[in-house]
Amino acid sequence: MSKLQILKKYAKTKDNLINMLHDIQNANEFNYLTKDDLELVADYLDLPYSYVHSVTTFYTMFSLKPRGKNIVRVCQSPPCQLMGATTISEELKKILEIDFGQTTGDGLFTLEMTSCIGVCGVAPAMMINEDVYGNLNTERIMEIIEERRRAQ
Amino acid sequence: MNIFRMHILIPVDEETIQSGVLHVKRKLELELYNRNLSSEIKVIETGTMGISGSGVIMVLYPDQVYYYDVKEKDIPLIVEEHIIKGRIVDSIKHDHGEKSRACQRIPEGVCFSRTQKRIVLDKCHIVNPYDLEEVIANGGYRALEKILSENFKPEHIIEELKISGLRGRGGAGFPTWIKWNGTKNCESDQKYIICNADEGEPGTYKDRLILEGDPHKLIEAMIIGGYTAGASKGYIYIRGEYGLSISRIQKAIDDAKANGLLGRNILGTDFSFELEIKRGAGAYVCGEETALIESLEGNRGNPRVKPPYPVFSGLWSKPTIVNNVETLANIPDIIYRGGEWFKGFGTDKCSGTKVFTILGNVEYPGLIEVEMGTTLREIINSYGGGVKGGKRFKAALVGGAAGVFLSDKLLDVRMDFESLKENAAVLGSGAILVMDEDASLFDILYSTLEFFAHESCGQCSPCRIGTHHLMGIMKAIKNGEGTVKDLDDMISISETMFNTSLCPLGQSLIMPVKSAIENFREEFRVSETKTTKHRKSETQRRKQCHLM
Repeated sequence: MSKLQILKKYAKTKDNLINMLHDIQNANEFNYLTKDDLELVADYLDLPYSYVHSVTTFYTMFSLKPRGKNIVRVCQSPPCQLMGATTISEELKKILEIDFGQTTGDGLFTLEMTSCIGVCGVAPAMMINEDVYGNLNTERIMEIIEERRRAQ
Repeated sequence: MNIFRMHILIPVDEETIQSGVLHVKRKLELELYNRNLSSEIKVIETGTMGISGSGVIMVLYPDQVYYYDVKEKDIPLIVEEHIIKGRIVDSIKHDHGEKSRACQRIPEGVCFSRTQKRIVLDKCHIVNPYDLEEVIANGGYRALEKILSENFKPEHIIEELKISGLRGRGGAGFPTWIKWNGTKNCESDQKYIICNADEGEPGTYKDRLILEGDPHKLIEAMIIGGYTAGASKGYIYIRGEYGLSISRIQKAIDDAKANGLLGRNILGTDFSFELEIKRGAGAYVCGEETALIESLEGNRGNPRVKPPYPVFSGLWSKPTIVNNVETLANIPDIIYRGGEWFKGFGTDKCSGTKVFTILGNVEYPGLIEVEMGTTLREIINSYGGGVKGGKRFKAALVGGAAGVFLSDKLLDVRMDFESLKENAAVLGSGAILVMDEDASLFDILYSTLEFFAHESCGQCSPCRIGTHHLMGIMKAIKNGEGTVKDLDDMISISETMFNTSLCPLGQSLIMPVKSAIENFREEFRVSETKTTKHRKSETQRRKQCHLM
């Protein structure tokens, strides 16, 4: 679907802005919004570019930088912290050889932090794209990352 | 219609999906098909049972046998032994590398015990949320049918809500009938009702499980709200991260529409009501009702100055009801059974039930629904199975990240709005994070403040600067550069934030900060007197916060 087709699913009203940004970002191979995307949306809704930019940067789920195919979001909220999220974060950094906010050289993984993802019963937890993983420990992280690498 | 001799319920939610429930379910269906049992045994996908950390769960009715931690390879044995031969499988042991896991029945009375009073979650674990007929057979939409067929007056519905004493379950505990009545009495060409499903409070996932387990209940409640207040349009604002909830509620809306329960001329009457989902995009502050409205309008989620309250001037400056998921989920039963019935549960000033999430160092983490006023001790011991590994209880963070650290002295506090308030605590979102003797309270507070510093929207200065200043002090203490005065400063900063912040995000930090410092001072390693090193660190911190 072209970007314009995505936009045309929605009425030309400002309240659809966030849904549009979601859909366009999801359609992008590198999980991000380009300057052209923002301009396209701004034109479609007849809003200033600066306005669309300010909304985009307010919400953490939107990115203006290219990201990996797999966005790894590690939960940083207190319940996960209590169950060892700090160790998990360190392990992930080591395995992927990147810091938070960075993308691996092969473009496969981006490491991010997230607030509570609501699976505290199996803390510590993380999300990769739409999938949730809980009860994490070093071996399990290795397995999950390896599985994702093989799937490419 | 087929009569089945056995029903197998399998809860499917984010947590069980990550444990592989979909593979287990497929394997079970295949196994039943291969053995020609598909016409005798029905497999039903349900919402949560409330049991966390126990992998894939299967419940076999009418035997009422619970199996947990079920793996794909356990299926042939369970089918062979239990389903065909009628012999309950007590445990299956198999090796996963070095670990040995047992698949067995859940002991009765633990966690998912029968003593829970389920109003909100009554259908979550027994019906397939994708199957409207099943929902209706279990009481879905009966309240809506009642008000439409008996021509209920809006005043009548408000009166029932007033009698019921229902208060907002999002944290503030505001009487629901006042909101509904306010919007109802407004003169306006357009009114709205919004369901706040932007559940971002750390440690809280009740709303997600209500949405996933019984989406039709929420839809029914919103239609009733629309009918009462005269609103023809409703929005459900869901967190962008909650993919499964979004798809389930969308399916439920489509089904309700196709069956004349939603849309134009509901159940053949003159009443019409439209419902739409709006996705959030990752901003904690959007859980605040006016920030949510801003976000819904397509703006940055900055909270508005109140008054005017949304009840009178909300979405596009029109009268708007904003209710939490759990609050709304109580309403169909109140309307169907009456306010008096609801008042029979809970305490005098806080009627009904409350959904709690029990987390952290407990034996059985999970989701429970009990009457208001149940003691913290009972919740932790009877439902959570006590502190994990028989360790000593240190503290419980009650009410989410912006909650209060309660010490063992308050274990017998009753969990309702009033009793907690008397003890300078809050019920909040109903999250209970239990910490054992080895847990570091300092670390928990550290991550809480880090979270708030990140999530402060930056609109008002007390919160924007205050959160970073608190964070600076915490960092200094972590590096061994903290003094006693720093602790007093933290309380004073959060008090200023409480008095001057625009919205509850900045106002509520006083809760965790004050309760941690006052009740657990020994957790903070600070020195009595200031040295040159301390002074240097303080100057640096001030510079970082642009205070110099």
